[in-house]
Amino acid sequence: MSSLLPVIKKEIYQIIRDPRSLGVLLFIPLFLLVMFGYAISLDVKHIRLSALDYDRSAESRSLLQKFTATEYFDWSGYLERSSEIDVLLESGKVQAVVVVPADYSRNLLRGETAKLQVLIDGSNSNLGATAMGYIQRIVQDVSVRIMEKKIGSVVGEGGIDFRPRVWFNPELRSPVYLIPGLISLILVVTAVISTAMSIVREKEHGTMEQLIVAPLHPVQLIIGKTVPYTVLSLVIASMVLIAGSLIFDIRIQGGFMDLFVVTALFLIGCLGLGIFISTIADSQQVAFMIASLITLLPTFILSGFVFPIRNMPVFVQVFTYLFPARYYLLALRGIMLKGAGLEAYLFELAALLLFALLLLGLSALRMKKGGLV
Amino acid sequence: MSSLRFFLQKEFAQLRRDKKMLPIVFIAPIVQLFLLGYAANLDVDKIPMAVIDHDRSVQSRLLVEKFVQSGYFVESHRFERLESIDKPINEGEIVIALVIPPDFQQKMESGGEARLQLIADGADANTATIALNYANVIVSRFSSDLQMERLIFQAAAAAQLGGVQLEAAQSPNSRSGTGERQSFTADERSGAGLSSFQMPVEIEPRVWYNPELKSRNFMVPGILALLLMVMTMLLTSLAIVKEKEQGTLEHLDVTPIRPIELIVGKLVPFAIIGMVDVFLVLFAAWLLFGMVPEGSILLLVLLSAIFLLSTLGLGLLVSTLSHTQQQAMMSALFFVMLPMLFLSGFAFPIENMPVSIQYVTYLLPLRYYFVIIRGIFMKGADLTTLWDEALLLLVFGIAVLGLSIARFRKRI
Repeated sequence: MSSLLPVIKKEIYQIIRDPRSLGVLLFIPLFLLVMFGYAISLDVKHIRLSALDYDRSAESRSLLQKFTATEYFDWSGYLERSSEIDVLLESGKVQAVVVVPADYSRNLLRGETAKLQVLIDGSNSNLGATAMGYIQRIVQDVSVRIMEKKIGSVVGEGGIDFRPRVWFNPELRSPVYLIPGLISLILVVTAVISTAMSIVREKEHGTMEQLIVAPLHPVQLIIGKTVPYTVLSLVIASMVLIAGSLIFDIRIQGGFMDLFVVTALFLIGCLGLGIFISTIADSQQVAFMIASLITLLPTFILSGFVFPIRNMPVFVQVFTYLFPARYYLLALRGIMLKGAGLEAYLFELAALLLFALLLLGLSALRMKKGGLV
Repeated sequence: MSSLRFFLQKEFAQLRRDKKMLPIVFIAPIVQLFLLGYAANLDVDKIPMAVIDHDRSVQSRLLVEKFVQSGYFVESHRFERLESIDKPINEGEIVIALVIPPDFQQKMESGGEARLQLIADGADANTATIALNYANVIVSRFSSDLQMERLIFQAAAAAQLGGVQLEAAQSPNSRSGTGERQSFTADERSGAGLSSFQMPVEIEPRVWYNPELKSRNFMVPGILALLLMVMTMLLTSLAIVKEKEQGTLEHLDVTPIRPIELIVGKLVPFAIIGMVDVFLVLFAAWLLFGMVPEGSILLLVLLSAIFLLSTLGLGLLVSTLSHTQQQAMMSALFFVMLPMLFLSGFAFPIENMPVSIQYVTYLLPLRYYFVIIRGIFMKGADLTTLWDEALLLLVFGIAVLGLSIARFRKRI
């Protein structure tokens, strides 16, 4: 134990000596959380809409006004010629175009069906499907009003009073699901990538050999090097959690101790992965590449952070079990938002524990074979 | 110029010596494209839904049917009491619950306001958002369909009394041009009331570029772009600082090599690797997903080269500004890669962001490249619409490379 302290001290000294990195580590995650928290959402609103109005009548204008009166559409102006449609949809400057034919108002007055053409940029399928739904709904509303006028009867605003209620996250605010996701991304950066690089740095500089001839077991060395990062990572995770819930006014339903346990377990797994990578890589460059490729995009895409796992093809779903972020996100969301206790996430906890033990064991094995020199 | 040649030779020799790097650089993007391309999918369908129907009327059944027919929802549970949904929603077995009040049909038919409750699991916020978008559209279509039918009844009654003839044509009610799953436009008007009437206004919808509205067509080109960005940033952000840390950069100070030659010398090998990756991922997209650009492949390759200029430049800039490789790694991740991942419009639409953050997105080259790669892949776009994005990328690339050279000169 006494030989462990100098290594820890040296590592702490190295962290403090580089205040820029420390500052980046402590405050940038918060900054990103605030920026992303306000920015990201999968809501479909502000669809850029244009119209090609061949009719130019009071009726057509009032129809188009119905579109722009909603928050779903942003008015991008009238088009003059149909040739413009191609260019605007292709460049993405406009996402939907309503074409009002020249006989629109005439047909309405005669009581015949007036046909509208609607062109939608379907490249973003989610946006396309929703935009189509909104447009149909608005046009149908217009139809109802016209019918009312025609037969001199009023059905009123009646209909269905639709009340969606969202549990656990009433306003469906993105910070609520962003916080667990961002914490796992940040832990991955600080624990996996940073750990791997800091151990490989010693290899690269040749200082590892010096340390190995010192009366110090490689395992002690690794512990000494990772303890400061572990503490730092836990501090960052807590800061993101606390500051995030204060800034975005999120009530954490579950126990802090439960959150801490899950986070610590995930963190140990990440450290294990970082150490394991350091036994494979010979240079910080390679460590950086392997660690980032294994963690960055998979944590973003395969963990259920952005894309629902339920939707993935089965063989990809099987792969998601290999990434600890999956378990961590599930447990963290449940504890934070649903107030669930640890007992609801025993499977996830076991998986995280298994992952950590497996990687630490593998690393020890690699180290015995001299993977650290 | 000859010093540049020697420097390049040295750089290539170094690359070859690093046995572990080259396989990573060429194999990783393909493996990632394979997994991530299949995983990145926002087509949320078959959302498990619980139904609590207190009304059990024709109308309530019809509404549930509309939800199921849409293909977006499946009725996975049916409960008598609201309390029963606690457990399945807590365990993530259902995402939404539709609660139909006892007076649903009566209110709807008497012209009153029927209250419909929908409960969504907000812990899975992405699925919930999409599910609510769909539900919103289904319910309001249902509601206005019913209003329309009531009007028709009234009109028919008036016609019988007053002798006004009302045309009752078969209703083509907004024919769908959007493939099988797109039910918002489908005209299955089974069950209640009149089966045919004439709508005053009808829509002829056309979905361009992605008629089946498949998320994958949008996401796979996005993943290609993300992979190119990540690979080039990983390659370059440590390139110069590595030499700084190891002290080999000082050796270069005494050679007659100029900063511009040094930056170019560092850039060229990575640019070649980057271009090989472009070809690899384009080929893999065809092989794995059968996706071929609608537009010119040549143009895509050319604009990808310009995009790589900007990300390689950003990586080199990070590298010249950092003192240690750890610093460079943090800066590359926190200042470049994560913002690009979240804010460039890969999954989260930029138009939804607050205006102040939309300005930030203009600084991300990936934003322009997403427009380019999706435009060429899906829309067959060419330079007449992509010239501004291409120009901005080019300016951005030259600017960051210039900045790296300038910073580098100052240091020496």
